[in-house]
Amino acid sequence: MNHILTIGGRQFRSYFNGPVAYIVICIVMLTLGFFFWNTFFLYGRASTREMFRWLSLILVFALPALTMGLLAEEKRTGTIELLITMPVTEAQVILGKFLGVLGLYAVLLVLTLAYPISVSTLGNLDWGPVWSGYLGLLLQGSAVLAIGLMASSWTDNQLIALFVALTLSVFFWVLDKFLALLPTSAASTLEWLSFDYHFQSMARGVVDLRDLVFFFSVTAFALALAFRALESRRWS
Amino acid sequence: MTDVMIDARDLTKHYGPVTALKNASFQVHRGEVVGFLGPNGAGKTTTMKILTCFIAPSAGTARIGGADIFEDPIAVREAIGYLPENTPLYTEMLTLEYLEFVGKMRGLSGAGLQARLRRVVEETSLGDVIGKSIGELSKGFRQRVGLAQALIHEPPVLILDEPMSGLDPNQAAEIRELIREIGRERTVILSTHNLSEVRVTCGRVLIISQGELVADDTPDELAARAGKPRFVATLRQNGHSASDIRKAFSGIGDAQSVTEQTSAAAGEVIVELVPKGTEDLRADIFQAAVAANLVLLGLEQRGENLEDIFRQLTTGAGASA
Repeated sequence: MNHILTIGGRQFRSYFNGPVAYIVICIVMLTLGFFFWNTFFLYGRASTREMFRWLSLILVFALPALTMGLLAEEKRTGTIELLITMPVTEAQVILGKFLGVLGLYAVLLVLTLAYPISVSTLGNLDWGPVWSGYLGLLLQGSAVLAIGLMASSWTDNQLIALFVALTLSVFFWVLDKFLALLPTSAASTLEWLSFDYHFQSMARGVVDLRDLVFFFSVTAFALALAFRALESRRWS
Repeated sequence: MTDVMIDARDLTKHYGPVTALKNASFQVHRGEVVGFLGPNGAGKTTTMKILTCFIAPSAGTARIGGADIFEDPIAVREAIGYLPENTPLYTEMLTLEYLEFVGKMRGLSGAGLQARLRRVVEETSLGDVIGKSIGELSKGFRQRVGLAQALIHEPPVLILDEPMSGLDPNQAAEIRELIREIGRERTVILSTHNLSEVRVTCGRVLIISQGELVADDTPDELAARAGKPRFVATLRQNGHSASDIRKAFSGIGDAQSVTEQTSAAAGEVIVELVPKGTEDLRADIFQAAVAANLVLLGLEQRGENLEDIFRQLTTGAGASA
């Protein structure tokens, strides 16, 4: 556990020594601000539903930028060799990396609290769905970050990692947007695989165990594949 | 010297159709500094990656300080301080911050960590740059940071992949001195293709070529093995014919060994003589030259050097040697 925290802490701090974290945070905050205030006064409701809708989409695009370098860059520069030859297991490396980027994501989420707080000064905000929405963002974000880490474990090129992670996470986000075109049996399966389907119910204030299990499963599955990829290096 | 710290047995590694290492077996004892020598792509780095458990061998195994690389990789890694090729470091981190990170990863904490940090910073003379980011450091300082991170947990075994490549002669001398000091108490394997470096730093040399170990000896024994010294005389030709010159020296050393070459400079003849045993022929050569009225321009003794042996062993030219 100590090793996981040490790796995670190093990763977390190193984000603030480079530009990527600041760029991602700025872009997320600016696009969110634009889309949110654009319609907020039109609706005239003290609600954060719109914020969560936008944020869930923006993050699906933004988070792969945070994960792209996690392992790809270490492989390119060779630092992975020093990391792996310390007395740690591959699983500890993966979990540490994941924890580091999750920490940065948590900081990003805390920054967005400015929105519900300012909305609450403008009207009577129901904080219940806000907290369940944040739980949903944290879970969906974990899944996207795990997918990004997995993509980063497959290559030593950050751009390829970014592209693969974007493709996968956007794919899972839009899955439930084309259901009308499909036969009902396929539609319900696809809907169930969609990130947004599970997230939206949480953003409405419904915390359903099935949604939690879904996001946990995706996260665990992607992390397991990342572990496999990292470990396979020994045998190649 | 009975304490075997590294015991490699029949290490073999295939990368797809390419065999990078073939049945390499060797042992390294406590307190030995072993130079791992070979041309690029010979399998040095592959061997080191196997010993540090970064990759697994296709066949064979190794034990480091008694721990098997397959059965207990964590114990193996604990016993090793490793400096990979090109010193990959987190360039965005500060030197001290980085060493602290490595220390923690190596299980150090609190006062113990601080004490070790002070010690390695002193050993590697990093005091002036601990507050700088690693990316700003010169190659020599980076190399020292690399050594410092390898030393921080006082490992019994150090594996250094080309620790002196890309350093200027002064930096290389400092690092060499440091490695020699480290080697007094620890076991060190370092890879290089710089032969003079091996001679001054290492007590033993393993030469590897095309994935196979072709030599395992001390630098001096290796040099001795390559043959007798030669005496090379440069003479002014002065109208003497080649056969005259040969006759003049025919009584010296091994009769078969008189060979002449015409050097680039016109009118000069170079004669090479090999002694029968290990006797010094220089006085005889001088007297023979005087007696035959030849002008001796130069006379030197050449031992077969490590470079020659290395070339012989690794190009297949001296496969029987």
